[in-house]
Amino acid sequence: MKDWRYWLAEQRGTLLALGIFIVMFIIYTSNHPAGFNANVVQTAANKGVLLAFVAMAQTLVVITAGIDLSVGMIFLLTNCLASWLVVGTPMETAFGVVAVLAVGLVCGAINGAIVIYGRLQPIVATIATGAVYYGIGLLLRPFPGGSVNEDLADALTGRVFELVPASLVVLLAVVLVVWVPFSRSVLGRAAYAAGSSETAAYMSGVPIRRGKFMAYTLAGLLAAIGGLFLTFFTYTGEAAYASGNSYTLFSIAAVVLGGVSLFGGKGSAIGAIFGALAFRTIGDLLFVFDFDPLWQPLFQGVILLIAVSLGAFALFRVRNRLEWFL
Amino acid sequence: MDGAAPLFSMEGISKRYGGVRALEKAELVIQAGSIHAILGENGAGKSTLIKVMSGVVAPDEGRMMLDGREVTFASPGAANKAGIVCIFQELSLIPELSVADNIVISDPPKRFGMIDRKAQRRIAEDALARAGAADIHPLSLVKDLPLSRRQMVEIAKALARKPRILILDEATSALTAADVSKIFAVLKRLRSEGLALLYISHRMNEIAELADHCTVFRNGRNVASYKAGTKSDNEVVELMIGREYSHIFPPKPAAVAATAVPILEARGLSWTDRLHNISLTVRAGEVVGLGGLDGQGQRELLLAFFGVLRGLTGQVLIDGKPVAIASPAAARENNIGMALIPEDRKTEGLMLPMTVRENLSFAALDRLSKAGIIDRAAEQRLIDDMVGLLAIKTAGLDIPVGALSGGNQQKVVIAKWLMRQPRIILLNDPTRGIDVGTKQELYQLMRKLADAGAAILFYSTDYDELIGCCGRVLVLYDGAVKRELVGAEITERALISSALNIHGEESPVGLGASA
Repeated sequence: MKDWRYWLAEQRGTLLALGIFIVMFIIYTSNHPAGFNANVVQTAANKGVLLAFVAMAQTLVVITAGIDLSVGMIFLLTNCLASWLVVGTPMETAFGVVAVLAVGLVCGAINGAIVIYGRLQPIVATIATGAVYYGIGLLLRPFPGGSVNEDLADALTGRVFELVPASLVVLLAVVLVVWVPFSRSVLGRAAYAAGSSETAAYMSGVPIRRGKFMAYTLAGLLAAIGGLFLTFFTYTGEAAYASGNSYTLFSIAAVVLGGVSLFGGKGSAIGAIFGALAFRTIGDLLFVFDFDPLWQPLFQGVILLIAVSLGAFALFRVRNRLEWFL
Repeated sequence: MDGAAPLFSMEGISKRYGGVRALEKAELVIQAGSIHAILGENGAGKSTLIKVMSGVVAPDEGRMMLDGREVTFASPGAANKAGIVCIFQELSLIPELSVADNIVISDPPKRFGMIDRKAQRRIAEDALARAGAADIHPLSLVKDLPLSRRQMVEIAKALARKPRILILDEATSALTAADVSKIFAVLKRLRSEGLALLYISHRMNEIAELADHCTVFRNGRNVASYKAGTKSDNEVVELMIGREYSHIFPPKPAAVAATAVPILEARGLSWTDRLHNISLTVRAGEVVGLGGLDGQGQRELLLAFFGVLRGLTGQVLIDGKPVAIASPAAARENNIGMALIPEDRKTEGLMLPMTVRENLSFAALDRLSKAGIIDRAAEQRLIDDMVGLLAIKTAGLDIPVGALSGGNQQKVVIAKWLMRQPRIILLNDPTRGIDVGTKQELYQLMRKLADAGAAILFYSTDYDELIGCCGRVLVLYDGAVKRELVGAEITERALISSALNIHGEESPVGLGASA
């Protein structure tokens, strides 16, 4: 086989997600009353990147064969915090942004420490820490309110050169600054190795613990970037429990849609981003078709099931039934 | 030993797991530029010895010297840094990563803090070439490779770490004969480059061809150390098991009449490229062996009978009537009555965290329950019978089965299936990793079951077992039956020469007097 065939095989999940997204987005814009223009793209991008950041966060943890049920709550907590801190003069605002991101890092690091050094199951550990993070968010914002530096918010949710949504530019920057270095670093590879076969990784002298810790910590950071953006869109902070939970669950759906294996060791954050964008577009499809919004959850669920089933076709080719369970 | 100062030595190393002594004041001396073979029965302490050397487990007492200085290893990584690299029997490759990723995994080349993929590719290609496996593409995923190729990647990975001491633990068990000869050439070259190689294998002919020096382990101690070629195979075997080895096996009965209708029969079984036109018969009271090198289709053949493989061609006949077995659940039904003792008891045979009681009754739950409710009294009676029959040593029925020793775990797997009183018993290398005493009990049990009318198909990687237990042995090579050995034809020489697909009665290289 030629090199590109291997590359293609490796990127299959990501490309599939990209394909699903493009198809959905074409259906969406071609039925949108305003058609395909910068405004429509901007609105779609702004809604999409929120889930994209949270899904990236989820990807990092899922790669290690874990799961982070607190990402939605870190997202909420940092939203509440940003509505207090990201205000005032440019200096104060900058400090606020750094503080919010630092809190996200700390939340992720706490998750990592509990899972890795406390040896708790990721599901249980992150349900508990998620409740704690939500609780803190609720104390910060018992009622919706607060504000944000509007110049910054408008700049980051607007358009660059009147054309490209600024939020997509930021998303790209985050991919380049966080994901690419992580996936090509030794610790990133350790995270993959730990997710694929922890024993083999240990036997090979791979820094499993540091790799997993890095994955959890960066997941906290990415969720916090999402939280910041939520503040930029809404101009307020709100500890909305249902919203946090749905972001957590949607992030898992987006990750699977993006070709990341829940068994760990396989997939990329790029795929998860397209998974998130596709998932959001699916949700919005109903509006352009003028259906009753009551249909949305049902419709979204069915489309999701179909999309995820695409990945299961390989099972039909399995000749040894024991491989079903691998 | 030669006069030269040893490269590495172990003194008074002991290791205990719970109440079990894995190593008891073990000693070992290794010289640079030589191949040192370690021999011993399973459970003799070889694996623990290697694990201590390569930093996987810490010894309870004793010390290790490298270049005359005392060393301790906190992790496999630390041992690697000191130049001790082990190729483990259980593969240490990461399935979802590419071959190149795996080869450099413990110390990837870096550029600006990130992994340098070009350099990685170069290192991987170089290492694969050194291991004589240049046909493997560095970008292919490990999980897509067959076992024998993975083993070659494992060897390439070890070479890429530039070891001073290379430990090979049954490293050739999954290889084809062609690969084995390539690897031997590589190992001899490494020896001439001044490496010390520690070679663990059950294959006497491999050891005879490669080793300069041998150490025999038994019950966690080194019982003998000698220059290669100075002892006969029989002497070595007696050192390994500590007694005359003819006493282990129960006497064989007279051959079963070939006129009886076979309980289990295969006609022209084929499956993908792993099984080719296999025909065989097993009659009531027979123990039929499957021989050959590991990975020649024996496991697939057993799985095929047990209804695990899809797309099988050819016929399976039970009591002379063709049947289609679509799943393990169908295979165990009364009209077929088949049981498979799997190769890997930890994943395919037992639910380790569940109790002994639960594990024992899994296969027979349908017989022990009425309308879905388990009859606990009947369950208890049957379990008591089995624990008694197999002499399972356990602190209680309600402790996790994972807490038992390997031999007792294997007895639980077997007892679980015996609770259904199967007529056809397929055994996939059932004595791997269990002690000699338990093995002896299993051989006797097998004989007892056959005498009671069961048809047994027995795959073993241990030639002595096939010689000692079977009335007939089918030797598989590359998914096809190469040779059928009956009665007195079953000798180590015949088994090995047909396993290596060598024609004629010429003895393979270095094989001793045992045949």
